[in-house]
Amino acid sequence: MTYFIFAAIGLVALSMLPMIYRMVKGPDASDRVIALDAIGVALISLIGLFSIVVETSYFLEIILLLAILSFIGTVAFSKFIEKGDIIDRDNSSK
Amino acid sequence: MKTNDVILQFTAKLVFFIIFLFSVHIFMAGHYTPGGGFVGGLLAASAIVLLILAFDLKTVQAGFPINYRIMTAIGLVLALGTAAFPMFDGKPFFTHYFDYFDLPFFGKTSLHTAMLFDAGVFLVVVGVTMTIIQSIGEDE
Repeated sequence: MTYFIFAAIGLVALSMLPMIYRMVKGPDASDRVIALDAIGVALISLIGLFSIVVETSYFLEIILLLAILSFIGTVAFSKFIEKGDIIDRDNSSK
Repeated sequence: MKTNDVILQFTAKLVFFIIFLFSVHIFMAGHYTPGGGFVGGLLAASAIVLLILAFDLKTVQAGFPINYRIMTAIGLVLALGTAAFPMFDGKPFFTHYFDYFDLPFFGKTSLHTAMLFDAGVFLVVVGVTMTIIQSIGEDE
């Protein structure tokens, strides 16, 4: 069972390499944002697998924290690409 | 051009409560398990930031009519007051009082004064983060 989990950890870590390549190389900003979001998801699954290996539930809070931060970051980047400014003062007048 | 972001605004309204409850959980869990006032404050601030991202500064300020500078001051007074209180008792700075109480709903609970210090840290972190973000977002 432990070998299986370690193999899964290796596979997920390996799958992050093309995402990092896309994040560095990515021809467009939207490619980089999607790669960053996918790296966040892979990191979440990595932490989940690792918490199975070390048999603790303390990492689950970190998973939730990482998901929230990744979500907010993706929303902010998307708004930056779409509108150009992230925080607008008054949305209704425009 | 007015963009139509109904899905983002509805999602932000829902997710705000999830993030805020999680921040309260992190804040309460901070004594024996990972967490504490700093992380909880950052999470609460990020929940408000999500609302600001989905709506705008004016709407969120109307929803939470809080002066964040005064909030920072209250947090500093709470944290430093809790830290300095044992000195009037002849004990060292930052001495930690705790006792066990029988609360009606929670059963036997340990209440600590470190919690008050953490609440001060929470208020300071939320206040400073929101002040920074508001002053960055306000200039054109």
